[in-house]
Formats: sequence, C-alpha cells, structure tokens
Amino acid sequence: MTALLVNGVPRELALDGGTRLADALRDSLGLTGTKLGCDAGDCGACTVLVDGAQACACLTPLGQCAGAEVETIEGIAATPEGQALMARFHAHGAAQCGICTPGMIVAATELLRRNPTPSEAEVEEALGGVLCRCTGYRRIIDAVRGVEAQAETGTVGARLPRVDGAPKLDGTERYGADLAPADALWLRAIRSPHAHARFTIGDVASFLAAHPGITRVLTAADVPGRNGYGIYPHIKDQPVFAEHTALYRGDAVAAVIGTRAALEALRLEALPITWEKLEALDDPRAALNAPALHAQFPDNVLAEGFVRSGDVETALREAAHVVQGDWQTSFVEHAYIEPEAGYARRIGDRIEVWSSTQAPAMDREEVAGVLGLPMEAVRIIPSACGGGFGGKLDAGIQPMLAVAAWVLDHPVRAIWPRSESMAASTKRHPARITARAGCDAEGRLLALDFEGIYDTGAYASWGPTVAGRVPVHATGPYRVPNVRARARAVHTHQPPSGAFRGFGVPQAAIAQEALWDRLADACGLDRLEFRIRNALVAGDVTATGQKLDHSAGQRLCLEALRPAWAELRAKAAARNARGGVLRHGVGVAGMWYGIGNTGMSNPSDMRLVLGTDGRITFFNGAVDIGQGSSTVLAQIAAEALGLPVAALRHVNGDTATTPDAGKTSASRQTFVSGRAAMEAALDLRQKILRGSNGVLGWDGALTLDGAPFRPSAPIEGLGRFDPPTVPLDANGQGIPYATYGFAAQLCALAVDVKLGTIQLQRIVAAHDVGRAINPTLVEGQIHGGIAQGIGLALMEEYLPGRTENLHDYLIPSFGDVPPIETILIEEREPLGPYGAKGVGEPALVATAPAIFSAIRDATGATIHRIPALPHRVLEALKETGRW
Amino acid sequence: MAGGTDVFPARAHRIAWGNPSEADWLDITAIPELRGITLSGNSWRIGAATSWAALRDADLPAGFDALREAARQVGGRQVQARGTIGGNLCNASPAADGVPPLLVLDAEVELASTRGRRRLKLGEFILGNRRTARAADELLVALHVPAARAEARSVFLKLGARSHLVISIAMVAADAEGRVAVGACSEVARLWDGTPLAPMDDVRGSAAYRHAAAAELVARAQARLAA
Ligand SMILES: Cc1cc2nc3c(=O)[nH]c(=O)nc-3n(C[C@H](O)[C@H](O)[C@H](O)COP(=O)(O)OP(=O)(O)OC[C@H]3O[C@@H](n4cnc5c(N)ncnc54)[C@H](O)[C@@H]3O)c2cc1C
Ligand code: FES
Ligand code: FES
Repeated sequence: MTALLVNGVPRELALDGGTRLADALRDSLGLTGTKLGCDAGDCGACTVLVDGAQACACLTPLGQCAGAEVETIEGIAATPEGQALMARFHAHGAAQCGICTPGMIVAATELLRRNPTPSEAEVEEALGGVLCRCTGYRRIIDAVRGVEAQAETGTVGARLPRVDGAPKLDGTERYGADLAPADALWLRAIRSPHAHARFTIGDVASFLAAHPGITRVLTAADVPGRNGYGIYPHIKDQPVFAEHTALYRGDAVAAVIGTRAALEALRLEALPITWEKLEALDDPRAALNAPALHAQFPDNVLAEGFVRSGDVETALREAAHVVQGDWQTSFVEHAYIEPEAGYARRIGDRIEVWSSTQAPAMDREEVAGVLGLPMEAVRIIPSACGGGFGGKLDAGIQPMLAVAAWVLDHPVRAIWPRSESMAASTKRHPARITARAGCDAEGRLLALDFEGIYDTGAYASWGPTVAGRVPVHATGPYRVPNVRARARAVHTHQPPSGAFRGFGVPQAAIAQEALWDRLADACGLDRLEFRIRNALVAGDVTATGQKLDHSAGQRLCLEALRPAWAELRAKAAARNARGGVLRHGVGVAGMWYGIGNTGMSNPSDMRLVLGTDGRITFFNGAVDIGQGSSTVLAQIAAEALGLPVAALRHVNGDTATTPDAGKTSASRQTFVSGRAAMEAALDLRQKILRGSNGVLGWDGALTLDGAPFRPSAPIEGLGRFDPPTVPLDANGQGIPYATYGFAAQLCALAVDVKLGTIQLQRIVAAHDVGRAINPTLVEGQIHGGIAQGIGLALMEEYLPGRTENLHDYLIPSFGDVPPIETILIEEREPLGPYGAKGVGEPALVATAPAIFSAIRDATGATIHRIPALPHRVLEALKETGRW
Repeated sequence: MAGGTDVFPARAHRIAWGNPSEADWLDITAIPELRGITLSGNSWRIGAATSWAALRDADLPAGFDALREAARQVGGRQVQARGTIGGNLCNASPAADGVPPLLVLDAEVELASTRGRRRLKLGEFILGNRRTARAADELLVALHVPAARAEARSVFLKLGARSHLVISIAMVAADAEGRVAVGACSEVARLWDGTPLAPMDDVRGSAAYRHAAAAELVARAQARLAA
C-alpha cells in the first residue's frame, strides 16, 4: 500500500512499489492526461511533478512516491497558474497534435514557480527534457515566457486559436492509448528480429498450456480475409502476419493475445517459432541485380517515375557551365510522440476500430479486406492523433487488432512500445541521387539530368507515390528547358519506406539546390539572384508540360528574402573577419510542391447539417493530426455561411457519420477539403435562403433577418471537390497537380571547424500559401516543418536494430531550432477556397538544402552523406583542404 | 535500483523484444546513509544515491564545477531530479558523464556488504563497458573526494549531436592543476596522459572523429582554465 497525495487528494494505492508512477496514474487513477511516448525517459511526455520537481512518470517507481505530492496535468489545469499558461499555449498555437502538451505545461509550471520571468535560454533548459515533433518549439518558448500573442476571432484570414484546442491543453484529449473497453484483452505482435528469415511455427497448443495468461496465438492462418494490405489496390503485399518468410526486422509473424501481465512476461524464445536466417539486402543498388523479394517485381523495382522534356545531352554539351554530384540520405523515422495504439471490438457481424490514424477511410478498406467483410460492416473511429507526418497513413495496428477482435469475438487492445513502433512502421526513403546540371554564361538554367534510387524497403506502402512525385519535382521551382529525371523505388530487406512529409521531394531538393549553388558560383552570380533569375513565374511551362497560369509565387518568395540575405551575409562576413573556430555562412534554397495526388483523382466530400434546433453540425471526415484542418475548414465553412466559427458543432473523422474527405496527406486538406467545405457551406446557405437575400445571423442558434430560424426538418449542405489533373504519359507529360505551393528559405549558421558541429542561428522562410486562412496555423506548420528539416539535415538516421529508440535516434530538441521569421506570400489560387493552397509538406522541403548551402558558404565543404553528423562534417571539412 | 533512470528504460527495451528480466528489485533510495554531501576532515563524502539535481544545486568548491556542469547536462531536469551519481557509476556506460569529473577529482568509491566495507579508486572500480568491480552483494554507498583536490578550478565540456537530452559523443573534464579526463572515447573513461585513446566507432561518431574531437575538447578545456 502506497499513500501519496495526487493533485492534492490523498490516495492509497494497493500496488507493488515497483509499479511505474505512469501506470498507477493512468490505469489505477484514470489520469490519462499523463502521456506515454517512449517508456524510457527520452520524450518527457509523461512529465509530472513529484514534490514540485519534474519527473518522468515512466521512470519513477510508485514506492518512491510514498508520502510525496504528485501533480499531473489534471491538477495543474485546475489551478489559476495552469489556466493562464494553457491560455497562452492556446493563443500562440503552441499545441499542435497535443501529445507533448501536458508534459510541456507541467515542465513549464515547475519553471515558472521558481522563475516567473524566464529568459529564452532558461525556458530551453527547463523544458529541454520534453520533445515535441510538431511545433519546432519556438511557439512554446513564447507561450511560456508570456510573449504577447495575436489571437483573434473571425473567419478566413483570422488568427483563430484552434477549435479543438482545449482538450489538448488540459489532458482530457483521448489518444489511441487512452480509451478501451474495460475487459479488453491485450495484443502483442511477434516480430522478426532478423532482416530476412524463414520461419516455422510449431506446437502452439503446448505453448498455450504453459502460459496461463495467454489466450491465443494468431498467425497468417487466422486471417479470415485477404492476408495483405497496402496503399495501392493492385499491391496488397504487406501481410497482417507473414507466411513462412519475414522480409524485414520488425515484420509481424504472429500475435499473442492475453492479459497485459502475461504479455509483458513473455519470453520470445518460449514461442514455438524456429528461425532460419537468410541473406538480407540492404543496398538498393545491389538489389537491382539480386533475387526478387516479390515475384510481382522481378528486378526489385517496385515503381519508376520518369519525366523527359527537351534534349538533355545536347543542352549539357552546349552549356557554359556543367556541375554534377551524388548524395545519399538515410532512413528517417516519423517519431510522432504518440506510438500506434487502439482497440477493436466485434459487434455481431460488424467490427469497430478505434485508433490513431491519418486515414480512417483507407483503414476501413484495409480492415474490410483482411476480414473479408463488406465496407459497411467496418467502422473506424479515429482517436486524437498524436502526430502522423505520413507515418499513420498506412494501416499497421488496425488490421491485426481487427483480426484478433473478430476471431476471439472479444475486445482487444494494443499499444506498440516505442521500439516496436520504430521497427515496424514506415520511414522516409533513403535516397541515392546522382545529378548533373548546366547553365549558360548568364546563369540561365539549361538542363538537369537526375537519377534517384529510393530504398523502398520490404513492402510497397507509398513507394510508387514517391517514385512518381520525385521526377516531377526534380527541377525545383525553376525553369529548366531540358530535363531527364528518373526515380526508382527499389525493394530491399529494410523497413518499408512510405509517406513522410514531402514524399521523396526533400531528398531530391538537397541535390537540386546544391547544384544551383555550384552553378551560381561558376557564373560568378549571387546564389539568391541566380535563383531569382531562374524562378518559375505564372505563364511558365514546367518539365511536365504544364503551363502555370496562376499562383506561382516562387520569385516573390525569393525576392522577399533579399533584405535578410544582405543583412545576414554582411553579419557573417564581419564575424568571419574576426577569425576563430566558428565560421559563419548563409544559405538559401527554394522549393515547390504539388498539392494533392500526382495525376490522380483525389476528391473530398464535406457535409453540413442545420438541425431543427437551429444549430449547425459540420461532418468533417478530414483527420486533424495537429496541423489544424479542423480549425481551417471551420473558418472556411463559416466564411461561406457568413456566420461565426462558433456557430459550428464538429463531428470529425468517424467513418460512420462523416463523408470521405480523403487522407490527410499531400498537403491537400486545406486546398481540396477546404474547397469542398466551402462548397458544402455555400450549398447549405443557398438552401436556407432559398433565393431570398435574407441575412443569416447567430445568437447561439441560427437567425434569419434577426429572427430565430428553426427548420421543420434538417437541411443538409453537400460539397465535393476533386482537383483537376491530367495523368502523366510515358515521358511524364501531363498536369500532375492542379496547384503548387512555393517557398524559399534562408539559413544563417556557424560551423565549428574543429568539431564539425553546426550552430543554427536564424531561419527566414517565405512561403506562397495562396491565402493564409489562419496565419498562426500556417506559421505553426512552417515552424514544425523547419524543425523536421533540421533533423533530416543534421541528426536523424534510423538504423534497424541500432537506433530503434528516442535515445539513440535523435530528433531536434529545445535549442536545436533557431529563431524563425516567416514571410507569408499570398498569390491567390483561383481553385482553392478563398485562394488557399497547402503548406504542410512545403514547410519542410527547403530547410535541409538551405542548411547545406550555408555550410558550404561558411567553409567550402559540401555535404554528400546525410545527416551531417559532426563526424561527417569534419570529414567534409578535411576534404576541402582548408581546415 | 536508485533513481531508476537506467533500469526502467532497460526494462522497457527487454519487454519490447521479448526478453524480460525476472530479477527482483531492491530500492535503496530510502537509506539515509546513501544521501547527502558532507565535508568531514580532509575529505568530501557524496552519498551514492545523491541525485544529479542535488549536485547541480549544491554550493560546493570550484573543484566540483566540472561535476556540477555534468549534472546540469545529464538528460533533462526529469532525469536530473531522480538519477543518481551512484547509479551512473554502477551502470558503467562508456558515456557516463559523471566519470571524467570524478576521475579528475581523484574520487574513491566506498562499497559495503555484510562482509564489510572497502574503498577503491574510481579508475579501479569501473572495469569496462557495463562492468565494475562491485561484487553482487555489495552496495556503492558513497564517493570520497580529497578536500585538497576540490579546491582547483575545473571545467566540463560535453559534445553531442543536439542541444538537450543527448548522450555524449565525447566529453572532457579538466582542472587548473593540469588533470584531464576524457569520456566516451574508450571503453572506460580515463585520465588523459597523452597516450592514444582507443575510441569506438558507433552511430554517434567514428573512431577517427572521436580522436580529433577529444584532443580539441582537451585543448579548449585547458584554454578555458588558463583564461
Ligand atoms: C533520457 C535520459 C537521458 C540520460 N542522459 C544521460 C546523460 O546525458 N549522461 C549520462 O551519463 N547518463 C544519462 N542517462 C543515464 C542515467 O540517467 C544516469 O546514468 C543516471 O545517473 C543513473 O542513475 P540512477 O540512479 O537512475 O540509476 P538506476 O537506474 O537506479 O541504476 C543503474 C544501475 O546501477 C545500479 N545501482 C544504482 N545505484 C547503486 C548503488 N548505490 N549500489 C549498487 N548498485 C547501484 C542499479 O542496480 C542499476 O544496475 C540518461 C538517462 C535517460 C533516461
Ligand atoms: S514516456 Fe516517459 S519520457 Fe517518454
Ligand atoms: S504538439 Fe508537440 S508533439 Fe505534437
């Protein structure tokens, strides 16, 4: 029995003293505001105060809390100091997905109690133990310090705090691990410890007899429907449970169902599985000439994307300057702070799955497929999503939970431990890129020859999407008349590479922008001016033959950087003149990004219903994974209705009640679902007004010309938008996207030439977003994208079996993201809702190339092996012969 | 188990990969003798279960600056509040930040069991990666630092690939009397005597890099002390 004070209330817990405080709080006291992201002290999501000091509840044994006072987010949220802090987080947009927010608020509370006016550095040090994958930290620092925020009310264009913000702040939001039927059994996937192995499963009956807490072992034979899922209808290659052969370390071969305690005590060697290790391919180039992983793709080439225009060879021969290079990037892990979690339950001949996801409608198809059920029999209820970034687009936990609940006819839940999440889930494709480019003597780009081999890992996932998107974007947002660009997604025995903010484009941008820097130097031109000279503008034709008619703001973005460029370069030069081990430099990069699917239909449907009570419900199937779509779509719908956002009640994501808004990917929700929401709202408005020019109003319920308006039957407004595209032909000619986001970023940094470390000093980001429906949320995306770009550039490298946790796999922490200045360019897109495009992925693309550009500016060193860990930077510095 | 900041992550990892440990835990944090920092006679005594936070916030002579700086950079405040100096030494990671400052301080460890007590030089206590001279029935009860050593100014420099919550690629402690220790650049951190280190090649850095970085950090530490 442990007696302690929890949020001021005396509690006695009859639990073992070695129980983690996190489990005592969450499971015994129902205080699920304390989140678990890693179970290892690395993420700080579980931060609570023990006797006033920050502690990770995942590392604190209950026994050490005897007689102590424990404060959790639930307690702090009830105090005036907590509420003031939460209000500041809300106004600053400092909570995106919200999974880190309770930990941040608890940590900040400790700081503010001892230091009410902390400096930036003091905030970073005090909150340094909590990681955030979404925000880039700057807004959190501002919120903690009490910097004034510009929160507004209003519709399109207003800095409206997020409509779903409150529960993310006080710990009441329910993520995948926060809800399950009380009697649910637990599921634990059994995964291959080998990259490639044959296996046999032996005598399950005697295993079960020897393990009383374990109810069932599920294998491929138990999957009632098709034992395969995947993004593409013709490649359902990822099995729920592998049959005979595991194709990567982390491949699921079986699942064990039982009590939580029995599963935690389970020793893998007790399972009747025998492994035969096989030779594993880890190099996509070698895989091109190796035995096939999947018979469907004999040369291991899952997909190839190709774009050709003009005559590259002739143009390069005639060019005044030609440069070339090759680059290699690493697997990047999404590292959402919330690992995969959820539950499934069978209700007669229907199945219901609650889980953290970016794509409920796709999960529904996959679950129906693996169970062999009609779609109507499947309901997906998305939990709040504690970060996705592309990694929760693939089904993963849902199919196995559904199979288990179906077969056992009993609710089954699971939470993937961090290392399982990292081993099993998809990654950013490691790319090997070789590219050549040429320009004329005046610095006009003439030709680009680009070859990318993308390691797509063991299963298809989004590999074809990446292979298709990369060549289209290979030129970046510049006029290049002669182009040959090819990208191949190649299978290996590595984790499946899938969707990750930018679908392969960030890797390609590193190559393209490095080539431009060298060409600019060769011509003796300023690097920014070189880009301005070549930037795409409205009226230009892209390498796919698409004429850009509107909203092509690349030149404006670059030009907007001129003042900061001049100022920061002068500063760097002055600092360099003083000498020392720190060399200062400034880099620049541009990027463009096609919004929505590549040359493919990707519609969204939205629905608004005015009830007989005069209230309006917004049935919105777009999942808000922290980026803010719920808020942005509400602002758009409210604007179209001519009502305040507060007039809308929200139903989100549930496939039983909301129409299909498509997935939250490809930066499409503002543009595609936003336009659909606008259409739905206009439809509703028209139906209410029925041709009259009455005035709608809101006084807690709808009014028409000042009088309450209560329809006798619900009125429904429907909207649909599918961006117009033309599929690409064999030479990659067509209209791949209806619109593009554009951006340019610059980065000022210092390189420690003796240690190879990089100190980022400032980033200025100019983004053409068409129209900023909500500037605070747009800036939030830009900050978060930049933070992930910094990680990609400088520290993130997933190595199966070696960096499988957040201790060894580093993502940017407080202090790694420098001050960011955002400049919003609003070149209206006529197809978009009120002119808006998208920004989710564009935010990330330009950052890494801008960093490498700055490293080269500072030292002359070129980075070819990414991430630029200190030892790689030092090697690159040595190669210059200067340091 | 002391602060649990090493044992809990290790436990989570073992469970995740189906290799749970069945060993029982003995929580030693309530033993008063294991706590506190005191000066008695010509020696400082630091209880083994003293937390990093207690060290960080303690008012100690300049010889402890390196140790306190290490404390300020171990994990985040969560880990500092609970993790202990004794746990850091007994866990014996090559990257344990507590070791170089204590080597420079010429610290001794005091071990106790029902068989009695003994003292060892820190350098004799840590034998290798996760290996110490502690017998299975022994507790580390305290560290002892000669008071004279604690007077010389000291510095600690830590090199990692990000700002916060980072395991050292290399770290250096040095004092104004010329004692220098280097960590994470050999299986066991050691006093720097100019002889070559034997750094490891791992995900955080290559061996060649660690060589160069260690030499540079030593030079910077010495320059800072000279300034
Ligand atoms: C997020 C995170 C960041 C970290 N960052 C750093 C870092 O930057 N630098 C660093 O050096 N370390 C770091 N660590 C590791 C760890 O926090 C430290 O090593 C800490 O000092 C361990 O102390 P503890 O009391 O928590 O040890 P415990 O986990 O309680 O114990 C560790 C081991 O020592 C044994 N042990 C503990 N005390 C005694 C004793 N008195 N007698 C005998 N045996 C004992 C235990 O049995 C166990 O085997 C980090 C850990 C985490 C989770
Ligand atoms: S869950 Fe405790 S630190 Fe990540
Ligand atoms: S808001 Fe911080 S992790 Fe999502």
